[in-house]
Amino acid sequence: MLPKAEFVHWWFATGFLIIGLLLLAEALVGGEVWRRRAWRAYLWPSFLFLMGVLMWPVMVFYTNSTIHMLAHGSWAQAMMLAGAAELGLARGKLHSPYWSLTTAGAFLVSAAAILLHEQNGWLYARAAFLHHAIGWTFVIGAAFPLARAFRPGAAVVRTGFALIFVVTSVFLFSDRDTAPIFGHLSPLAGAQHR
Amino acid sequence: MESHFATEAVAQLRRRSLRAAAVNLIGPLTMLAGVAWAFLQPYRLTVLHPHGQGFWWLLSEPPLYVVLVGLGFALFLAPSLLEDLEEVEDAPEG
Repeated sequence: MLPKAEFVHWWFATGFLIIGLLLLAEALVGGEVWRRRAWRAYLWPSFLFLMGVLMWPVMVFYTNSTIHMLAHGSWAQAMMLAGAAELGLARGKLHSPYWSLTTAGAFLVSAAAILLHEQNGWLYARAAFLHHAIGWTFVIGAAFPLARAFRPGAAVVRTGFALIFVVTSVFLFSDRDTAPIFGHLSPLAGAQHR
Repeated sequence: MESHFATEAVAQLRRRSLRAAAVNLIGPLTMLAGVAWAFLQPYRLTVLHPHGQGFWWLLSEPPLYVVLVGLGFALFLAPSLLEDLEEVEDAPEG
């Protein structure tokens, strides 16, 4: 009855891709052009907030273990906090660029959650590999939102920030329920899918 | 003096053209990535072989999602963004 975990990963991958492309476009045209229409400034923070909200049903329905529940719950909170702070900055209710640090915090919370709730090694199966890859991508990628709080206009920082979302979406789209990774699949993982 | 202004104008136009071209390309390139993925892994599109597939399998078509994201970007975001980009860059400085 419930959709498989891989379907949920693909839906979130679509969300990450949307956010990534919006941030990439913002990096290309610059903040001044991007904010000329108010609705545009709200787009990616709204998607981030919405993804945080949608993480709650994931927490409720995909409670494989306590650690899964804690991981999904902490993601939901971190994404909602980061989305809300970015919405506040876009609306002008928040002024300090240091509010962007909440996004760096969300990256680190997400990284910790995804790395800690994956109990298997890198080459156990594709899903395990992707959990490790996404976790470390977010650990390294947290440098971009961190730098964004201090150098919000820097093109390199904005582009890097956008590309982290695009790369994460590629990783999430690559997920399969039980599939090999670089030819490896642990016999303990179960029967291989397509 | 005149040639200096002309050189600056050409350089500005080139910069703008590059930025505009990049914004214009985001949507089509994303769609192209989705189509290429569909050709490389056609089994990920269950609509091509729907017999015996359940609801969730038929709803989940990742390459189509990528194409739709690119299409949405090209149709709903890029036109207004390019319009604003031109307006800002055409506005007299100061």
